[in-house]
Amino acid sequence: MASSWKRALIIGASSGIGAELARQLAQSGCEVAAVARRSEELEKLAASVSGSGKIRSYVHDVCNTEEIPELIQQIAFDMGGFELFIYSAGVMPRIEADEYCFEKDRQNIEVNLLGAIAWINEAAQRFERAGSGTIVGISSVAGDRGRKGMPVYGASKAALNAFLESIRNRVGRAGVAVVTVKPGPVDTPMTKGMDKLPMVISPAAAAAQILSAAHRGVHTAYIPGKWRPIMWVIRSIPSFIFKKLNV
Amino acid sequence: MSAESTLVQSKTSRTHNDPEPKGGSTSSFHALPLDHLERVDSWGMNKTTLAYVYRPATVDGILDVFKTAKDHGRTVGLRGGGRSYGDASLSAENVTLDLTRMNRILAWNPETGIVKVEPGVTLRQLWQYCIEDGWWPPVVSGTMFVTLGGAAAMNFHGKNNFKMGPIGDHITEFELLTPAGLRRVCSRSQNPKLFHAAIGGFGMLGCFITITLQMKKVYSGNLSVYALSTRSMAETICEFESRMDSADYLVGWIDCFASGRALGRGLIHQANYLSEGQDPRPAQTLRVVNQELPETIFGIIPKSIMWRCMKPLANNPGMKLLNWAKYTSSAILGNHKRILQSHTAFAFLLDYVPDWKFVYKPNGLIQYQSFIPADNAEACFTRQLELCHEAKIIPFLGVFKRHKKDNFSLTHSVDGYSFALDFPITDRNRVNLWKLAERLNEIVLESGGRFYFAKDSTLNKDTAEAYLGKEVLEEFWTLKQQCDPDGILKTDLAHRIFGL
Repeated sequence: MASSWKRALIIGASSGIGAELARQLAQSGCEVAAVARRSEELEKLAASVSGSGKIRSYVHDVCNTEEIPELIQQIAFDMGGFELFIYSAGVMPRIEADEYCFEKDRQNIEVNLLGAIAWINEAAQRFERAGSGTIVGISSVAGDRGRKGMPVYGASKAALNAFLESIRNRVGRAGVAVVTVKPGPVDTPMTKGMDKLPMVISPAAAAAQILSAAHRGVHTAYIPGKWRPIMWVIRSIPSFIFKKLNV
Repeated sequence: MSAESTLVQSKTSRTHNDPEPKGGSTSSFHALPLDHLERVDSWGMNKTTLAYVYRPATVDGILDVFKTAKDHGRTVGLRGGGRSYGDASLSAENVTLDLTRMNRILAWNPETGIVKVEPGVTLRQLWQYCIEDGWWPPVVSGTMFVTLGGAAAMNFHGKNNFKMGPIGDHITEFELLTPAGLRRVCSRSQNPKLFHAAIGGFGMLGCFITITLQMKKVYSGNLSVYALSTRSMAETICEFESRMDSADYLVGWIDCFASGRALGRGLIHQANYLSEGQDPRPAQTLRVVNQELPETIFGIIPKSIMWRCMKPLANNPGMKLLNWAKYTSSAILGNHKRILQSHTAFAFLLDYVPDWKFVYKPNGLIQYQSFIPADNAEACFTRQLELCHEAKIIPFLGVFKRHKKDNFSLTHSVDGYSFALDFPITDRNRVNLWKLAERLNEIVLESGGRFYFAKDSTLNKDTAEAYLGKEVLEEFWTLKQQCDPDGILKTDLAHRIFGL
C-alpha cells in the first residue's frame, strides 16, 4: 500500500507511531527522512529496517522552529524532493487531576501545535507550488472534546485539527491532500503506564491504517475507524451532561 | 538492499554523510528564498520537480545566479524553452537558470543572413524576425518554442539533418559564460575544441550568452511537399535512400501498430525549397501572417480542444485505430500527391495541435529515439518494433529521419537513421517500459547506434559511456574541469547518466 510514495518526510519518527510509519514506508521501498530529537533512537530505527528503502536521519527538536526553513530545504535537497509529509511529533505530559502546570502546558503547545504549524507551513508551501503532495497530521481523538483529564493536550490537538482543516482549505485546490488523523489509544511510549485505556491498538496497526487513509486522501481518519461513531456520540453530548461525566 | 542510514545534525553541527556530494564543493548549504521555488516539469511530463528558478535578463544577472548557487551550496541547471522530453533541463531542489528573458536579437544583416541572438530567443522569434527578408533558420525542430540556447546545448537537428547537419553546423560563433565568470568567444578558428564540445554539451560547460547563426536563404514562404506511403520498413528506407540527393527535407511517419509483413509501414513526406522565381508572389508568402499556424481545424473547431477530443483514444485500441486510419487514408487519398505548404506548417508539427501532450496525462510519455548507422538501421528498427509488440507496449507515434555524421564531441548523429518512439507511461506499464528501454538500448549499442540527450529518459552511465567512448568523455570532463572547476553546472540528466 505504501509503495507508491517514493520519498517521505516524517517529523517525530524516533518512536511510537512515527517510527512505525517510517519503518513501513521504508520497507515498501520508500526513501524516508526521519526527523527526531534522539539520534540513538533514529539509528536504531534505521537499523531495524529491512527492504529496499532507505532511511535518512536528521536530529532536530521541533521546538527550535527557526531551524525548520533551512532543514526542510536540506532534506528536500538530499532526497531530491518528497511527496509525503507526516507530522507525528507529540507529547502528553502526565497531569494530575488537581494539577495546573504551565511548563507542561507550554510543552504541549510547543510540540503538538507550534512545531506542527512551523513544519506544515513549510511543507504546504512546497506542495502548493508543486501542485501535488500529501500532508498528514497526527492529531488525536482527544481533540474532539474538552476533557478534564488533559486540558492542554486536548486543546493542542483541537487547535491542530482546526489548523489542518484551514491548510486543507488553503492548498486543497492546488492538488494537495491534507489528512487529519485522530488515533485512539495506541500502545506507544506516550501511553505507557496509563491505566484502563479503551481499545488500544499496536503502533504497527495504527501506522498501516494511517498510510491507507493517506493513500485515499481522506480529510479525517479515526484510527481505528470505530472511533468515528464513538466520537460522534461523545461530541453530541450536551455540555451540562458532559461536565458531570467522568471522562 | 538493506536500509541505509544517513545521520544529519540540524543547524551548525550538521554532519552530512551522503556519499554522493550533490552541491557545489566549496560552500556549505544554506536556505534559498522560498519565493523562487517553482514547479519545473520535463516536457514529457514524466518527471516533476521543485527548483529555485531565476530568470536574469543580463549577463551580470547570470553571474549573480552562479554566485547565489555557490554561496548556498547548490548547483545550477540551465533551461531554455523546457522542450526536452526528459530531465535535461531539470535540477531538482537546486537552482534553475531560466534564460527565456535573455531574448534579444542583437544584430541582423539581411544581406548576408547572419544573425546574432541571446540564448533565450526562440525559433519562433527568429523566423518571424527574418522571414520577410527571405531567410529561414537552416535547421528547425518540430516545435518553434525551443530557444537557441537550448538548441545549441543539445545541438538539435531537423528533418533536413541528412543535408544540413545539426544546428551547430550553422553556428559561426558564440560567447560562453563559464561559472567562473570568464567570457569565452568560440568559433571554428577560436577555441575550436570548446566550440565543438559546448555545442551539444548539454549545458555542462557554460552558458551561451550570444549565438551567431548563418540563416538559410529562401525565395518563397512555401515548400513543395510530396507525400507517399510505404508498405514496410525496407521500403521506407529504400525510399529515403533514393530521395536523399533531391530532397531538402525528408521525414517518415511509421504506423507502429502494424505487424507482420506490414511492420514498419508508413508515410514519407519530402519537401523542397522553391527556387528563385518559382513563387510568383514571394513577398506575400513570406509574410509572417501567412506563416502563422491556423487556430481552428476546418475553420470552425478550435485546435485548443483537440487534445481533449483525442484523450479517449489514448489507449492501445484507440491509437491502433488512429494509426490505421492515418495510414489507410493517406495511402488511398494522399499517396503521390504534391502540395504547397508553408514553412511553419511543414516544420512545426508539434505545434499544430496545441497541448497535444496532455493526451498522455496523468503520467506523461517518454520519447525513445535512437540513431543507427544506415547499414544496420532496417534490422535494428525492425527488432525494436518486434520487441515493443512482444512487450505489448506499442508506441503511439513513430517518426523516422535520415541523418549524417557531424564532428561535435558528444554528437548524437550518425550516417544513418533515427527512429523516435512516443511511449505512454501508465501505472501498469512503468516498470516494463523501462525494462523494454533497457533492451532497446542493448540492441542500439549492438548496432553501433547513438542517443540524444534532448529526448532521453532512460540511459545510464554504462550505456552512455559505451556509445560516446571513454576517450571522448575524458576530454569532455577535462574541459568541464577547466570551465567549471566547482562543478556548479549540473542537471538531473547529468546526475542520472554521469553521476555528477
